[in-house]
Amino acid sequence: MSDTDRTPATHDMGGATRFRCTPVERDEEPPDAFGKRVDALRQLLAQKKLMTVDELRRGIESIPEEEYLALTYYERWLRSITTLMLEKGVVSAEELR
Amino acid sequence: MSPPARRDSLEKLEKLIAALKAKGIITEEELAERQAQTDRASPETGARMVARAWLDPEWRALLLRDGTAAAEAMGVSMAGAPPLGVLEDTPQRHHLIVCTLCSCYPRAVLGYPPHWYKSFAYRSRAVRDPRGVLAEWGTVLPEGMEIRVVDSTADYRWMVLPMRPPGTEGWSEDQLAAIVTRDVLVGVALPQVPAAAAA
Repeated sequence: MSDTDRTPATHDMGGATRFRCTPVERDEEPPDAFGKRVDALRQLLAQKKLMTVDELRRGIESIPEEEYLALTYYERWLRSITTLMLEKGVVSAEELR
Repeated sequence: MSPPARRDSLEKLEKLIAALKAKGIITEEELAERQAQTDRASPETGARMVARAWLDPEWRALLLRDGTAAAEAMGVSMAGAPPLGVLEDTPQRHHLIVCTLCSCYPRAVLGYPPHWYKSFAYRSRAVRDPRGVLAEWGTVLPEGMEIRVVDSTADYRWMVLPMRPPGTEGWSEDQLAAIVTRDVLVGVALPQVPAAAAA
């Protein structure tokens, strides 16, 4: 198998055939209150040097495929941010119960 | 429409925020300020950068050479933001921007990326069938015009400098900026001159 035959990771969607016949839904709505809050939280944690964009990406890109496709955009962000804060010991699992 | 956030997700977010507040790491005021700053960014900035480039050759040269410096000259803080590159459309070549991996977008000059930009369909199809995606949205490029699709990444963000359309001779910067929409700056549309204005 050559390198170009490999199956790309889920997030690597350029040219993915599964969406070949899916129209691009023209959704012009700005993010909802949940999305804006997650977005602001990510920026704030980055500003405080508690996470980077690359760490956010690593967290998003490691979400298992089934969940990656089912979660909304900002739900994927929240999942990644939460995982990072737990990994770094910034918050504990008990505190999030 | 993107589906509304699930109750479960709302709860998880508020629990995380509450834990971070309890530890003195963030405050509600800081969070609100970040959100307000993000809300203020808008594609009107990008539109004005394009309108100026149509009027001022020196500005155009700066914009194409160093998009970050041009944005800073507009009063936009690019501190911490990845470099901004600007792609010049020509009679032979149209540019279309996508982030195939996620949603990278020049937020400082365009605001939040729209939902469709982050959709699985756009991310996958923009590179496989860019002409098809444009045509579905009513933009048919002239025959023979090349289309170059450029991937915005976590490390480099792009916007398009479209060609100034005919029928805009003598227009002011404000008039020109008004026809440069967010879609034009991403390359999914071309600037449209209203029929009344062109007459």
